[in-house]
Amino acid sequence: MTALAQTISPASDRQVAVLEAAGVVLHYPGQLKPVVEAFDFELDAGETVSVLGPSGVGKSSLLRVLGGLQEPTDGTVTMNGKPLRGVPPRVSIAFQDASLLPWLSLEKNVAFGLNFKHQPHLTQEESKVRVDVAIREVGLTHARRYFPAQLSGGMAQRAALARCLARKPEILLLDEPFGALDEVTRTEMQHLLLKVVRDFHTAAILITHDIDEALLVSDRILLLGGTPARVIGEWRIDLPTPREDYIAELGAIRVEILSRLRGATLRRIN
Amino acid sequence: MSTSWPGDSLSGSAPPGPATFAARAGRKPWLTLPALTSSLLGIGGLIVLLLLWWLGTDVLASSQGFIRQFSPTTAIPELVTMLGQPDLLVHVLVSLRRVLIGLAFALLIGVPVGLAVGSYNRLNTATSPAFQFLRMISPLSWMPIAVMVFGVGDQPIYFMLAFAAVWPILLNTAEGVRRLQPSWLSLADSLAATRWETLWYVILPGVLGHVLTGLRLAVGIVWIVLVPCEMLGVSAGLGYFILDTRDRLAYSELMATVLMIGILGFLLDAGARMLYQAVTRSRTA
Repeated sequence: MTALAQTISPASDRQVAVLEAAGVVLHYPGQLKPVVEAFDFELDAGETVSVLGPSGVGKSSLLRVLGGLQEPTDGTVTMNGKPLRGVPPRVSIAFQDASLLPWLSLEKNVAFGLNFKHQPHLTQEESKVRVDVAIREVGLTHARRYFPAQLSGGMAQRAALARCLARKPEILLLDEPFGALDEVTRTEMQHLLLKVVRDFHTAAILITHDIDEALLVSDRILLLGGTPARVIGEWRIDLPTPREDYIAELGAIRVEILSRLRGATLRRIN
Repeated sequence: MSTSWPGDSLSGSAPPGPATFAARAGRKPWLTLPALTSSLLGIGGLIVLLLLWWLGTDVLASSQGFIRQFSPTTAIPELVTMLGQPDLLVHVLVSLRRVLIGLAFALLIGVPVGLAVGSYNRLNTATSPAFQFLRMISPLSWMPIAVMVFGVGDQPIYFMLAFAAVWPILLNTAEGVRRLQPSWLSLADSLAATRWETLWYVILPGVLGHVLTGLRLAVGIVWIVLVPCEMLGVSAGLGYFILDTRDRLAYSELMATVLMIGILGFLLDAGARMLYQAVTRSRTA
Protein backbone atom coordinates (compact mmCIF):
# COMPACT_ATOMS: atom_id res chain seq x y z
CA MET A 1 0.00 0.00 0.00
CA THR A 2 2.71 2.46 0.93
CA ALA A 3 4.51 1.69 -2.30
CA LEU A 4 1.35 2.60 -4.12
CA ALA A 5 1.06 5.85 -2.24
CA GLN A 6 4.59 6.84 -3.19
CA THR A 7 4.06 6.32 -6.89
CA ILE A 8 1.07 8.62 -7.01
CA SER A 9 1.84 11.50 -9.33
CA PRO A 10 0.62 15.01 -8.63
CA ALA A 11 -2.81 15.66 -10.01
CA SER A 12 -1.55 18.42 -12.31
CA ASP A 13 -1.83 16.53 -15.58
CA ARG A 14 -5.55 16.54 -16.16
CA GLN A 15 -5.54 14.13 -19.07
CA VAL A 16 -4.14 11.15 -17.17
CA ALA A 17 -6.76 8.69 -15.97
CA VAL A 18 -6.42 8.08 -12.22
CA LEU A 19 -8.93 5.28 -12.18
CA GLU A 20 -9.57 2.86 -14.98
CA ALA A 21 -12.06 0.02 -15.25
CA ALA A 22 -11.87 -2.41 -18.16
CA GLY A 23 -14.44 -5.08 -18.94
CA VAL A 24 -15.72 -5.14 -15.36
CA VAL A 25 -18.32 -7.80 -14.63
CA LEU A 26 -19.88 -8.24 -11.21
CA HIS A 27 -21.83 -11.41 -10.70
CA TYR A 28 -22.92 -12.48 -7.23
CA PRO A 29 -22.88 -16.23 -6.81
CA GLY A 30 -26.33 -17.77 -6.90
CA GLN A 31 -27.87 -14.96 -8.94
CA LEU A 32 -29.17 -15.59 -12.42
CA LYS A 33 -27.69 -12.55 -14.12
CA PRO A 34 -24.66 -10.41 -13.36
CA VAL A 35 -25.31 -7.09 -11.62
CA VAL A 36 -22.99 -5.17 -13.91
CA GLU A 37 -21.51 -6.23 -17.20
CA ALA A 38 -19.00 -4.90 -19.71
CA PHE A 39 -18.24 -1.76 -17.74
CA ASP A 40 -15.42 0.30 -19.21
CA PHE A 41 -14.59 3.56 -17.58
CA GLU A 42 -11.86 6.12 -17.13
CA LEU A 43 -11.79 8.79 -14.47
CA ASP A 44 -9.47 11.71 -15.17
CA ALA A 45 -7.63 13.52 -12.42
CA GLY A 46 -9.80 16.21 -10.89
CA GLU A 47 -12.86 15.14 -12.83
CA THR A 48 -16.31 14.73 -11.27
CA VAL A 49 -18.41 11.97 -12.79
CA SER A 50 -21.97 11.15 -11.77
CA VAL A 51 -23.26 7.65 -12.18
CA LEU A 52 -26.99 7.95 -12.63
CA GLY A 53 -29.54 5.21 -12.76
CA PRO A 54 -32.76 3.91 -11.28
CA SER A 55 -32.73 2.45 -7.76
CA GLY A 56 -31.51 -1.11 -7.60
CA VAL A 57 -29.69 -0.98 -10.92
CA GLY A 58 -26.37 -1.83 -9.29
CA LYS A 59 -24.81 1.61 -8.88
CA SER A 60 -23.67 1.01 -5.32
CA SER A 61 -22.23 -2.40 -6.16
CA LEU A 62 -20.33 -0.80 -9.01
CA LEU A 63 -18.95 1.85 -6.69
CA ARG A 64 -17.77 -0.83 -4.28
CA VAL A 65 -15.88 -2.43 -7.14
CA LEU A 66 -14.37 0.88 -8.26
CA GLY A 67 -13.25 1.60 -4.69
CA GLY A 68 -11.68 -1.81 -4.13
CA LEU A 69 -14.20 -2.83 -1.47
CA GLN A 70 -15.36 -5.64 -3.71
CA GLU A 71 -13.42 -7.61 -6.29
CA PRO A 72 -15.01 -7.78 -9.73
CA THR A 73 -15.97 -11.21 -11.05
CA ASP A 74 -14.16 -10.36 -14.24
CA GLY A 75 -12.23 -7.42 -15.67
CA THR A 76 -9.79 -5.10 -13.98
CA VAL A 77 -9.85 -1.89 -11.99
CA THR A 78 -6.58 0.04 -11.83
CA MET A 79 -5.60 3.18 -10.00
CA ASN A 80 -2.68 5.01 -11.58
CA GLY A 81 -1.95 1.86 -13.54
CA LYS A 82 -1.89 -0.50 -10.57
CA PRO A 83 -4.61 -3.05 -9.94
CA LEU A 84 -6.65 -2.44 -6.80
CA ARG A 85 -6.17 -4.67 -3.82
CA GLY A 86 -8.41 -3.38 -1.08
CA VAL A 87 -9.16 0.31 -0.80
CA PRO A 88 -6.06 2.39 -1.64
CA PRO A 89 -5.08 5.04 0.93
CA ARG A 90 -5.95 7.94 -1.34
CA VAL A 91 -9.43 6.73 -2.17
CA SER A 92 -12.09 7.99 0.23
CA ILE A 93 -15.57 6.56 0.28
CA ALA A 94 -18.68 8.23 1.68
CA PHE A 95 -21.83 6.21 2.13
CA GLN A 96 -25.48 7.19 2.10
CA ASP A 97 -25.49 6.65 5.84
CA ALA A 98 -22.92 9.02 7.35
CA SER A 99 -21.53 6.05 9.33
CA LEU A 100 -20.22 8.17 12.15
CA LEU A 101 -19.18 6.15 15.18
CA PRO A 102 -21.47 7.26 18.01
CA TRP A 103 -18.83 6.85 20.71
CA LEU A 104 -16.40 9.30 19.11
CA SER A 105 -16.64 13.07 19.01
CA LEU A 106 -16.89 14.71 15.61
CA GLU A 107 -13.18 15.48 15.46
CA LYS A 108 -12.25 11.95 16.48
CA ASN A 109 -14.62 10.64 13.82
CA VAL A 110 -12.89 12.81 11.24
CA ALA A 111 -9.51 11.54 12.41
CA PHE A 112 -10.76 7.95 12.43
CA GLY A 113 -8.54 5.61 10.48
CA LEU A 114 -5.72 8.08 9.84
CA ASN A 115 -3.39 6.01 12.02
CA PHE A 116 -4.35 2.64 10.57
CA LYS A 117 -1.57 0.34 9.47
CA HIS A 118 -2.36 0.48 5.77
CA GLN A 119 -2.48 4.27 5.73
CA PRO A 120 0.57 6.43 5.05
CA HIS A 121 2.30 7.28 8.29
CA LEU A 122 1.45 10.71 9.71
CA THR A 123 2.89 12.38 12.77
CA GLN A 124 0.42 13.52 15.41
CA GLU A 125 0.96 17.10 14.31
CA GLU A 126 0.26 16.24 10.66
CA SER A 127 -2.89 14.33 11.60
CA LYS A 128 -4.10 17.25 13.67
CA VAL A 129 -3.58 19.68 10.80
CA ARG A 130 -5.37 17.34 8.39
CA VAL A 131 -8.34 17.08 10.74
CA ASP A 132 -8.44 20.83 11.38
CA VAL A 133 -8.34 21.65 7.69
CA ALA A 134 -11.00 19.07 6.85
CA ILE A 135 -13.37 20.25 9.57
CA ARG A 136 -12.92 23.88 8.56
CA GLU A 137 -13.51 22.99 4.92
CA VAL A 138 -16.96 21.60 5.68
CA GLY A 139 -17.76 24.44 8.11
CA LEU A 140 -18.05 22.43 11.31
CA THR A 141 -15.30 24.01 13.39
CA HIS A 142 -17.87 25.13 15.98
CA ALA A 143 -19.16 21.57 16.37
CA ARG A 144 -15.91 19.66 16.54
CA ARG A 145 -16.47 18.40 20.06
CA TYR A 146 -20.06 17.35 19.46
CA PHE A 147 -21.04 13.71 19.40
CA PRO A 148 -22.89 12.24 16.41
CA ALA A 149 -26.18 12.05 18.33
CA GLN A 150 -26.07 15.85 18.60
CA LEU A 151 -25.66 16.43 14.85
CA SER A 152 -28.41 17.00 12.29
CA GLY A 153 -28.47 14.85 9.18
CA GLY A 154 -26.73 17.52 7.13
CA MET A 155 -24.05 18.07 9.76
CA ALA A 156 -23.46 14.32 9.97
CA GLN A 157 -22.91 14.16 6.21
CA ARG A 158 -20.56 17.13 6.42
CA ALA A 159 -18.62 15.28 9.09
CA ALA A 160 -18.51 12.17 6.90
CA LEU A 161 -17.20 14.29 4.06
CA ALA A 162 -14.57 15.79 6.36
CA ARG A 163 -13.48 12.29 7.32
CA CYS A 164 -12.95 11.59 3.61
CA LEU A 165 -11.02 14.82 3.15
CA ALA A 166 -8.70 14.23 6.10
CA ARG A 167 -7.10 11.50 4.01
CA LYS A 168 -6.28 13.99 1.20
CA PRO A 169 -8.07 11.85 -1.34
CA GLU A 170 -7.06 11.68 -4.96
CA ILE A 171 -10.42 10.07 -5.62
CA LEU A 172 -13.62 10.66 -3.70
CA LEU A 173 -16.28 7.99 -4.06
CA LEU A 174 -19.71 9.14 -2.95
CA ASP A 175 -22.54 6.63 -2.67
CA GLU A 176 -25.70 8.78 -2.66
CA PRO A 177 -24.38 10.69 0.32
CA PHE A 178 -27.12 13.31 0.15
CA GLY A 179 -29.94 10.89 -0.59
CA ALA A 180 -31.50 11.08 2.86
CA LEU A 181 -31.31 14.87 3.24
CA ASP A 182 -34.04 17.42 2.79
CA GLU A 183 -34.07 19.57 -0.35
CA VAL A 184 -32.45 22.66 1.16
CA THR A 185 -29.69 20.80 2.96
CA ARG A 186 -29.15 18.78 -0.17
CA THR A 187 -28.52 21.91 -2.24
CA GLU A 188 -26.09 23.17 0.40
CA MET A 189 -24.25 19.87 0.30
CA GLN A 190 -24.04 19.97 -3.48
CA HIS A 191 -22.40 23.38 -3.33
CA LEU A 192 -20.08 22.13 -0.62
CA LEU A 193 -19.10 19.20 -2.81
CA LEU A 194 -18.22 21.54 -5.67
CA LYS A 195 -16.07 23.61 -3.32
CA VAL A 196 -14.37 20.56 -1.83
CA VAL A 197 -13.53 19.07 -5.21
CA ARG A 198 -12.04 22.42 -6.26
CA ASP A 199 -10.10 23.04 -3.04
CA PHE A 200 -8.70 19.54 -2.74
CA HIS A 201 -8.09 18.95 -6.47
CA THR A 202 -9.73 15.60 -6.12
CA ALA A 203 -11.52 13.49 -8.68
CA ALA A 204 -14.95 12.27 -7.65
CA ILE A 205 -17.50 9.68 -8.60
CA LEU A 206 -20.98 10.48 -7.35
CA ILE A 207 -23.61 7.79 -7.31
CA THR A 208 -27.05 9.34 -7.44
CA HIS A 209 -30.57 8.76 -8.66
CA ASP A 210 -31.26 12.46 -8.77
CA ILE A 211 -30.84 13.81 -12.31
CA ASP A 212 -30.69 17.44 -11.16
CA GLU A 213 -27.95 16.67 -8.68
CA ALA A 214 -25.93 15.01 -11.42
CA LEU A 215 -26.49 17.98 -13.73
CA LEU A 216 -25.45 20.53 -11.11
CA VAL A 217 -22.20 19.01 -9.93
CA SER A 218 -20.64 16.79 -12.57
CA ASP A 219 -18.30 17.18 -15.53
CA ARG A 220 -19.64 13.98 -16.98
CA ILE A 221 -22.74 11.86 -16.44
CA LEU A 222 -22.95 8.13 -17.00
CA LEU A 223 -26.41 6.64 -17.23
CA LEU A 224 -26.73 3.02 -16.14
CA GLY A 225 -29.68 0.89 -17.11
CA GLY A 226 -30.86 -2.60 -17.80
CA THR A 227 -30.19 -5.93 -16.13
CA PRO A 228 -27.32 -6.54 -16.02
CA ALA A 229 -26.51 -2.85 -15.83
CA ARG A 230 -24.62 -1.28 -18.70
CA VAL A 231 -23.81 2.30 -19.58
CA ILE A 232 -26.73 3.37 -21.75
CA GLY A 233 -25.74 6.99 -22.11
CA GLU A 234 -22.95 9.44 -21.45
CA TRP A 235 -22.99 13.23 -21.38
CA ARG A 236 -20.17 15.71 -20.93
CA ILE A 237 -21.16 19.01 -19.35
CA ASP A 238 -18.77 21.84 -20.08
CA LEU A 239 -20.45 24.51 -18.04
CA PRO A 240 -18.91 26.49 -15.18
CA THR A 241 -20.14 25.89 -11.67
CA PRO A 242 -22.31 26.85 -9.84
CA ARG A 243 -24.76 26.06 -12.59
CA GLU A 244 -28.02 27.56 -11.38
CA ASP A 245 -27.76 30.13 -14.23
CA TYR A 246 -27.68 27.51 -16.99
CA ILE A 247 -31.12 26.03 -16.54
CA ALA A 248 -31.84 26.04 -20.29
CA GLU A 249 -28.72 24.08 -21.26
CA LEU A 250 -29.14 21.66 -18.37
CA GLY A 251 -32.82 21.29 -19.20
CA ALA A 252 -31.94 20.03 -22.66
CA ILE A 253 -29.63 17.37 -21.24
CA ARG A 254 -32.24 16.47 -18.66
CA VAL A 255 -34.78 15.75 -21.40
CA GLU A 256 -32.25 13.58 -23.21
CA ILE A 257 -31.47 11.61 -20.08
CA LEU A 258 -35.12 11.09 -19.33
CA SER A 259 -35.94 9.91 -22.82
CA ARG A 260 -32.98 7.53 -22.77
CA LEU A 261 -34.14 6.18 -19.44
CA ARG A 262 -37.69 5.78 -20.71
CA GLY A 263 -36.41 3.93 -23.78
CA ALA A 264 -34.49 1.53 -21.56
CA THR A 265 -37.46 0.97 -19.31
CA LEU A 266 -39.84 0.37 -22.21
CA ARG A 267 -37.46 -2.16 -23.69
CA ARG A 268 -37.40 -3.94 -20.41
CA ILE A 269 -41.20 -3.95 -20.07
CA ASN A 270 -41.76 -5.20 -23.61
CA MET B 1 -30.87 -15.26 21.29
CA SER B 2 -34.48 -16.18 21.12
CA THR B 3 -34.69 -17.88 24.48
CA SER B 4 -35.26 -15.55 27.37
CA TRP B 5 -33.72 -15.86 30.74
CA PRO B 6 -34.09 -14.30 34.18
CA GLY B 7 -33.24 -10.66 34.23
CA ASP B 8 -33.93 -10.21 30.55
CA SER B 9 -36.16 -7.31 31.36
CA LEU B 10 -33.06 -5.40 32.42
CA SER B 11 -31.56 -5.67 28.98
CA GLY B 12 -34.19 -3.14 27.99
CA SER B 13 -31.57 -0.64 29.06
CA ALA B 14 -29.19 -2.01 26.43
CA PRO B 15 -27.81 0.54 23.99
CA PRO B 16 -30.47 1.44 21.49
CA GLY B 17 -30.20 -0.02 18.02
CA PRO B 18 -28.36 2.21 15.58
CA ALA B 19 -31.50 3.49 13.97
CA THR B 20 -32.89 4.68 17.25
CA PHE B 21 -29.94 6.79 18.38
CA ALA B 22 -31.51 9.96 17.05
CA ALA B 23 -34.98 9.03 18.21
CA ARG B 24 -33.73 8.43 21.73
CA ALA B 25 -32.00 11.77 21.75
CA GLY B 26 -35.27 13.64 21.80
CA ARG B 27 -37.33 11.41 24.05
CA LYS B 28 -36.24 9.59 27.14
CA PRO B 29 -39.14 7.45 28.31
CA TRP B 30 -37.45 6.36 31.52
CA LEU B 31 -37.03 9.96 32.59
CA THR B 32 -40.64 11.04 32.28
CA LEU B 33 -40.64 11.82 36.01
CA PRO B 34 -38.39 14.66 37.06
CA ALA B 35 -35.25 13.29 38.71
CA LEU B 36 -36.09 14.81 42.08
CA THR B 37 -39.62 13.36 42.17
CA SER B 38 -38.42 9.89 41.29
CA SER B 39 -35.65 9.87 43.87
CA LEU B 40 -38.10 11.12 46.52
CA LEU B 41 -40.48 8.32 45.58
CA GLY B 42 -37.63 5.81 45.83
CA ILE B 43 -36.64 7.07 49.26
CA GLY B 44 -40.28 6.94 50.32
CA GLY B 45 -40.41 3.28 49.30
CA LEU B 46 -37.33 2.52 51.37
CA ILE B 47 -38.85 4.26 54.36
CA VAL B 48 -42.02 2.18 54.02
CA LEU B 49 -39.87 -0.95 53.90
CA LEU B 50 -38.07 0.15 57.05
CA LEU B 51 -41.40 0.85 58.75
CA LEU B 52 -42.73 -2.61 57.85
CA TRP B 53 -39.59 -4.16 59.26
CA TRP B 54 -39.98 -2.16 62.44
CA LEU B 55 -43.68 -3.01 62.72
CA GLY B 56 -43.04 -6.72 62.22
CA THR B 57 -40.35 -6.87 64.88
CA ASP B 58 -40.43 -4.11 67.47
CA VAL B 59 -44.16 -3.37 67.46
CA LEU B 60 -46.11 -6.53 66.67
CA ALA B 61 -43.79 -9.20 68.05
CA SER B 62 -44.10 -9.99 71.74
CA SER B 63 -41.63 -8.13 73.89
CA GLN B 64 -39.93 -11.32 75.05
CA GLY B 65 -40.00 -12.77 71.54
CA PHE B 66 -37.08 -14.09 69.64
CA ILE B 67 -38.00 -11.87 66.68
CA ARG B 68 -37.16 -8.74 68.67
CA GLN B 69 -33.48 -9.49 68.22
CA PHE B 70 -33.82 -8.90 64.48
CA SER B 71 -35.46 -5.49 64.72
CA PRO B 72 -34.08 -2.37 63.04
CA THR B 73 -33.64 -0.70 66.40
CA THR B 74 -31.03 -3.32 67.32
CA ALA B 75 -29.62 -4.07 63.86
CA ILE B 76 -28.90 -0.52 62.77
CA PRO B 77 -26.98 0.55 65.91
CA GLU B 78 -25.21 -2.80 65.78
CA LEU B 79 -24.17 -2.19 62.17
CA VAL B 80 -22.82 1.24 63.10
CA THR B 81 -20.78 -0.31 65.92
CA MET B 82 -19.51 -3.10 63.66
CA LEU B 83 -18.45 -0.65 60.98
CA GLY B 84 -16.16 0.91 63.56
CA GLN B 85 -14.44 -2.43 64.15
CA PRO B 86 -12.17 -4.34 61.77
CA ASP B 87 -14.05 -7.67 61.89
CA LEU B 88 -16.92 -6.99 59.50
CA LEU B 89 -14.79 -4.87 57.20
CA VAL B 90 -12.32 -7.72 56.71
CA HIS B 91 -15.16 -10.04 55.68
CA VAL B 92 -16.55 -7.38 53.38
CA LEU B 93 -13.19 -6.92 51.68
CA VAL B 94 -12.71 -10.67 51.26
CA SER B 95 -16.15 -10.95 49.68
CA LEU B 96 -15.65 -7.97 47.39
CA ARG B 97 -12.32 -9.35 46.23
CA ARG B 98 -13.98 -12.64 45.33
CA VAL B 99 -16.70 -10.81 43.44
CA LEU B 100 -14.17 -8.81 41.46
CA ILE B 101 -12.05 -11.84 40.60
CA GLY B 102 -15.13 -13.87 39.65
CA LEU B 103 -16.37 -11.05 37.43
CA ALA B 104 -12.92 -10.66 35.87
CA PHE B 105 -12.85 -14.32 34.88
CA ALA B 106 -16.39 -14.05 33.57
CA LEU B 107 -15.40 -11.05 31.42
CA LEU B 108 -12.23 -12.75 30.17
CA ILE B 109 -14.23 -15.74 29.01
CA GLY B 110 -17.61 -14.20 28.22
CA VAL B 111 -16.51 -11.31 26.01
CA PRO B 112 -14.31 -13.27 23.55
CA VAL B 113 -16.75 -16.17 23.36
CA GLY B 114 -19.63 -13.72 22.97
CA LEU B 115 -17.78 -11.95 20.15
CA ALA B 116 -17.27 -15.28 18.39
CA VAL B 117 -20.83 -16.46 18.94
CA GLY B 118 -22.21 -13.13 17.76
CA SER B 119 -20.03 -13.14 14.66
CA TYR B 120 -20.72 -16.61 13.34
CA ASN B 121 -24.32 -17.68 12.94
CA ARG B 122 -23.47 -21.35 12.79
CA LEU B 123 -21.45 -21.18 15.97
CA ASN B 124 -24.41 -19.47 17.63
CA THR B 125 -26.81 -22.15 16.46
CA ALA B 126 -24.40 -24.86 17.54
CA THR B 127 -23.73 -23.46 21.00
CA SER B 128 -27.10 -22.00 21.94
CA PRO B 129 -28.69 -25.21 23.35
CA ALA B 130 -25.49 -26.10 25.19
CA PHE B 131 -25.32 -22.66 26.78
CA GLN B 132 -28.98 -22.77 27.76
CA PHE B 133 -28.36 -26.15 29.33
CA LEU B 134 -25.31 -25.05 31.31
CA ARG B 135 -26.90 -21.77 32.32
CA MET B 136 -29.79 -23.51 34.00
CA ILE B 137 -27.52 -25.48 36.31
CA SER B 138 -27.25 -23.66 39.60
CA PRO B 139 -23.60 -22.72 40.11
CA LEU B 140 -23.90 -24.06 43.66
CA SER B 141 -24.52 -27.55 42.38
CA TRP B 142 -20.95 -27.57 41.11
CA MET B 143 -19.69 -27.03 44.64
CA PRO B 144 -18.59 -30.61 45.46
CA ILE B 145 -16.99 -31.09 42.06
CA ALA B 146 -15.34 -27.67 42.22
CA VAL B 147 -13.87 -28.44 45.61
CA MET B 148 -12.58 -31.81 44.38
CA VAL B 149 -11.02 -30.20 41.33
CA PHE B 150 -9.74 -26.92 42.78
CA GLY B 151 -9.29 -27.89 46.41
CA VAL B 152 -10.63 -26.13 49.48
CA GLY B 153 -10.28 -22.36 49.51
CA ASP B 154 -11.02 -19.45 47.21
CA GLN B 155 -10.61 -21.21 43.86
CA PRO B 156 -13.91 -23.12 43.88
CA ILE B 157 -15.68 -19.88 44.79
CA TYR B 158 -14.04 -18.04 41.86
CA PHE B 159 -15.15 -20.89 39.64
CA MET B 160 -18.75 -20.77 40.81
CA LEU B 161 -18.98 -16.98 40.65
CA ALA B 162 -17.46 -16.90 37.16
CA PHE B 163 -19.78 -19.70 36.10
CA ALA B 164 -22.77 -17.70 37.34
CA ALA B 165 -21.62 -14.41 35.82
CA VAL B 166 -20.41 -15.55 32.43
CA TRP B 167 -23.83 -16.10 30.83
CA PRO B 168 -25.28 -12.61 30.91
CA ILE B 169 -21.94 -11.22 29.74
CA LEU B 170 -21.58 -13.77 26.97
CA LEU B 171 -25.14 -13.49 25.71
CA ASN B 172 -25.21 -9.71 25.84
CA THR B 173 -21.87 -9.44 24.03
CA ALA B 174 -23.16 -11.73 21.29
CA GLU B 175 -26.31 -9.63 21.02
CA GLY B 176 -24.13 -6.50 20.80
CA VAL B 177 -22.21 -7.97 17.88
CA ARG B 178 -25.45 -8.77 16.07
CA ARG B 179 -26.61 -5.19 16.59
CA LEU B 180 -23.47 -3.61 15.14
CA GLN B 181 -24.38 -1.37 12.27
CA PRO B 182 -23.17 -2.93 9.00
CA SER B 183 -22.13 0.51 7.77
CA TRP B 184 -19.55 0.76 10.59
CA LEU B 185 -17.93 -2.36 9.23
CA SER B 186 -18.08 -0.99 5.68
CA LEU B 187 -16.43 2.13 7.01
CA ALA B 188 -13.61 0.07 8.51
CA ASP B 189 -13.21 -1.74 5.19
CA SER B 190 -13.14 1.54 3.31
CA LEU B 191 -10.28 2.69 5.56
CA ALA B 192 -8.39 -0.54 4.77
CA ALA B 193 -8.53 -1.50 8.45
CA THR B 194 -6.87 -4.76 9.40
CA ARG B 195 -8.93 -7.35 11.28
CA TRP B 196 -7.39 -6.22 14.54
CA GLU B 197 -8.08 -2.58 13.83
CA THR B 198 -11.69 -3.41 13.02
CA LEU B 199 -11.97 -5.41 16.21
CA TRP B 200 -10.28 -2.83 18.41
CA TYR B 201 -11.68 0.41 17.00
CA VAL B 202 -15.12 -0.62 15.76
CA ILE B 203 -16.37 -3.90 17.20
CA LEU B 204 -15.21 -3.58 20.80
CA PRO B 205 -16.39 -0.01 21.33
CA GLY B 206 -19.53 -0.92 19.41
CA VAL B 207 -20.44 -3.73 21.81
CA LEU B 208 -19.20 -2.00 24.97
CA GLY B 209 -22.67 -0.85 25.98
CA HIS B 210 -24.01 -4.40 25.69
CA VAL B 211 -21.04 -5.80 27.59
CA LEU B 212 -21.73 -3.37 30.42
CA THR B 213 -25.41 -4.30 30.45
CA GLY B 214 -24.29 -7.91 30.77
CA LEU B 215 -21.88 -6.91 33.49
CA ARG B 216 -24.60 -5.22 35.48
CA LEU B 217 -26.77 -8.32 35.31
CA ALA B 218 -23.73 -10.40 36.26
CA VAL B 219 -23.04 -8.22 39.30
CA GLY B 220 -26.56 -8.87 40.55
CA ILE B 221 -26.27 -12.62 40.04
CA VAL B 222 -22.80 -12.89 41.54
CA TRP B 223 -23.77 -10.98 44.63
CA ILE B 224 -26.70 -13.34 45.19
CA VAL B 225 -24.65 -16.48 44.57
CA LEU B 226 -21.72 -15.27 46.66
CA VAL B 227 -23.27 -15.62 50.11
CA PRO B 228 -24.25 -19.31 49.84
CA CYS B 229 -20.92 -20.03 48.13
CA GLU B 230 -19.13 -18.61 51.13
CA MET B 231 -21.09 -20.77 53.52
CA LEU B 232 -19.15 -23.80 52.40
CA GLY B 233 -15.52 -24.56 53.11
CA VAL B 234 -14.12 -21.07 53.70
CA SER B 235 -13.29 -19.12 56.84
CA ALA B 236 -13.91 -15.56 55.73
CA GLY B 237 -16.41 -13.55 53.76
CA LEU B 238 -19.96 -12.36 54.38
CA GLY B 239 -21.53 -15.79 53.87
CA TYR B 240 -19.14 -17.31 56.37
CA PHE B 241 -19.79 -14.45 58.78
CA ILE B 242 -23.56 -15.02 58.65
CA LEU B 243 -23.08 -18.61 59.84
CA ASP B 244 -20.46 -17.47 62.33
CA THR B 245 -22.84 -14.99 63.98
CA ARG B 246 -25.52 -17.68 64.11
CA ASP B 247 -23.14 -20.08 65.81
CA ARG B 248 -22.15 -17.41 68.31
CA LEU B 249 -25.86 -16.66 68.85
CA ALA B 250 -25.02 -13.02 68.01
CA TYR B 251 -28.37 -12.37 66.37
CA SER B 252 -28.09 -8.62 66.26
CA GLU B 253 -24.81 -9.01 64.39
CA LEU B 254 -26.47 -11.49 62.06
CA MET B 255 -29.20 -9.02 61.17
CA ALA B 256 -26.66 -6.22 60.81
CA THR B 257 -24.71 -8.40 58.35
CA VAL B 258 -27.86 -9.12 56.35
CA LEU B 259 -28.42 -5.38 56.21
CA MET B 260 -24.82 -4.87 55.11
CA ILE B 261 -25.22 -7.43 52.31
CA GLY B 262 -28.24 -5.55 51.06
CA ILE B 263 -26.52 -2.19 51.21
CA LEU B 264 -23.41 -3.43 49.40
CA GLY B 265 -25.46 -5.16 46.71
CA PHE B 266 -27.43 -1.97 46.20
CA LEU B 267 -24.22 0.03 45.88
CA LEU B 268 -22.63 -2.49 43.51
CA ASP B 269 -25.66 -2.34 41.25
CA ALA B 270 -25.68 1.46 41.38
CA GLY B 271 -21.98 1.46 40.52
CA ALA B 272 -22.51 -0.85 37.54
CA ARG B 273 -25.38 1.32 36.37
CA MET B 274 -23.33 4.49 36.68
CA LEU B 275 -20.50 2.90 34.75
CA TYR B 276 -22.92 1.99 31.99
CA GLN B 277 -24.38 5.48 31.93
CA ALA B 278 -20.99 7.17 31.97
CA VAL B 279 -19.87 5.15 28.98
CA THR B 280 -23.04 5.52 26.93
CA ARG B 281 -24.06 9.04 27.87
CA SER B 282 -22.15 10.82 25.12
CA ARG B 283 -23.62 8.47 22.51
CA THR B 284 -27.20 9.38 23.17
CA ALA B 285 -26.83 12.93 24.47
